Amino acid sequence: MEAQADFIEEQTGSGRALRFTGNLAIARLGDLPKRLEQLSGPIEEVRLDEIEHIDTIGAWIVHDFAHTHSARITGAGPDATKLLDQLAQADDTIRSRVHVPYTPAFLRVMGEVGDATMVAMRTLLGLLGFFGATCIAIWSVIRQPSRFRANAVIQRFEVVGVSALGIVGLMSFLIGIVIAQQGAVQLRQFGAEVFTINLIGRITLRELGVLMTAIMVAGRSGSAFAAQLGTMKLTEEIDAMRIIGVSPMEALVLPRLLASVVMMPLLGFYSSVVAIIGGGIWCWIDLGIPPITFVQRLREVVPMTDLWVGIVKAPVFGAIIAMAGCFQGMQVKGDAEEVGMRTTSAVVQAIFLVIVLDAFFAVFFTQVGWI
Amino acid sequence: MSEAIEVEQELPEIAVGETLISVRGLKNAFGEQVVHEGLDLDLKKGEILGVVGGSGTGKSVLMRSIIGLQTPVEGEITVFGESMIDRDEADAVAVRKRWGVLFQGGALFSTLSVAENIQVPLREFYGDTLNQELLDDIAAFKVLISGLSVDAGPKFPAELSGGMKKRAGLARALALDPELLFLDEPTAGLDPIGAAAFDELIHQLRSILGLTVFLITHDLDTLYAICDRVAVLADKRVIAVGTIDELLATDHPWIQEYFNGPRGRAAVASAKANGKKV
Repeated sequence: MEAQADFIEEQTGSGRALRFTGNLAIARLGDLPKRLEQLSGPIEEVRLDEIEHIDTIGAWIVHDFAHTHSARITGAGPDATKLLDQLAQADDTIRSRVHVPYTPAFLRVMGEVGDATMVAMRTLLGLLGFFGATCIAIWSVIRQPSRFRANAVIQRFEVVGVSALGIVGLMSFLIGIVIAQQGAVQLRQFGAEVFTINLIGRITLRELGVLMTAIMVAGRSGSAFAAQLGTMKLTEEIDAMRIIGVSPMEALVLPRLLASVVMMPLLGFYSSVVAIIGGGIWCWIDLGIPPITFVQRLREVVPMTDLWVGIVKAPVFGAIIAMAGCFQGMQVKGDAEEVGMRTTSAVVQAIFLVIVLDAFFAVFFTQVGWI
Repeated sequence: MSEAIEVEQELPEIAVGETLISVRGLKNAFGEQVVHEGLDLDLKKGEILGVVGGSGTGKSVLMRSIIGLQTPVEGEITVFGESMIDRDEADAVAVRKRWGVLFQGGALFSTLSVAENIQVPLREFYGDTLNQELLDDIAAFKVLISGLSVDAGPKFPAELSGGMKKRAGLARALALDPELLFLDEPTAGLDPIGAAAFDELIHQLRSILGLTVFLITHDLDTLYAICDRVAVLADKRVIAVGTIDELLATDHPWIQEYFNGPRGRAAVASAKANGKKV
């Protein structure tokens, strides 16, 4: 068994010396570095003649110790000499390396706020530029319809739309039940349970159906767009496309944009209908309103404009989700971590913009009289 | 003296020239596709063993089997006299401290800087022994000996070129001063000057640190310059092991084509010009 690295102090004619013993390898160091640090007073000589073995880390410790105490190293074997020579050569460079300077917390926070502001501004500009590039791509496809990639678009339809039916349906059904249940509890206090139907019909068609669908699509497809394009960017697939002469905007962004724009209204409508079915079932169970009466009442209280309010918003939301996803994906430059970061931003941005726009739409539709 | 080190399992010391890695009857398969069957290979302490073979002959899979990332269907693998198959995590740690691995793409942790990458194994195993100052010094030294400039330490992998990533990967593989080094195509993608410097570096490290190296390569110059023995993978097994002269004496068509092709002859010429024995 190899001995633990250790040292003993010795007196020489002119002063103190330190004799290292044992195996000066990392696995055998133990608390040697700490004990060396605590050693005080001048040391003239570091003796290595009794060590069994030395590795680079042990050699650095010896070298560093000798350097700080201006001691000379004696008794090094051929291996140790080779190592120490190499270290002595590297010494200046190692010590001259740039140490990251310390910045006070206040400045750091200010700096981060500044950076974040710059990033936000740049993102906004970038998004605008991306929107422009998309418009150009759309225009060039309109002028040369042969460049339209029907297969890619239809494939995206399936991924964005058809595959989402299950989860969007389940979510909407449950939301319909929740609205009906909560509405019934509150309205019962006024003896106005029957207005639960107004509540379900109007809120799902006008707002919740499309809004919840947009959030779901942002989470499902917006994130997928960012991650797909981001990974393609990393693996240089997008560069390869450009070189071959395929425009990434036309081949990757347009199909995704189109799929979102077309699928959002369909999914939104589907979501509203399923939510109404969920609410209707709850009304039947809880309030004893039979489905026939429910549908009859729904036709009386929900104006057609409510459907239009929902359906008009949907494609706009779809476009925002696809643009945010593709834009963030195309911004990936560095490494795998950035793909994750960009995917998060894509979803957050999409949902934020959708909700902001929804507020504008609400005011707008009220102003035009679609109340 | 720290307790942890004393309790820790001791692996037997292996003398130079004795078997460090032994692979017997290895079989690897992915579904229907059999990559290795009845593969035998020995690596002796202190040698640099080059592993060559056509694309898809399972060189990387062999390395992954030895380091325990790929569980073979059949066969026995021992490293430092310890069986590598079905061993528990505690035994595995003792072996892991004694080897370093350089993956093909460098496999640096992308969220850490180069210096932090090098410190990961040091911190993991010897976090109590070494303070931050010492860790930084050691990382800087490893960066230097792997042929990078010291400014590369604070950089992140995304800021490095392919060749620099390889060197940083090597620096991390060397962090613990391992006895055994696995290199997966270390010179692929390097310019000839960089590749020659890399060869020289491995050669130097071997003489200073007494390294044993398992080297997968396609680079004929590397084979001639630094490998003591070369193992040839073909037909799902190692068809020949030996010095290049011994390999040339066999009449296997692939070996003949590999070493006597135009590139093989060029490598011989350049090795002779550099005064290396061929």
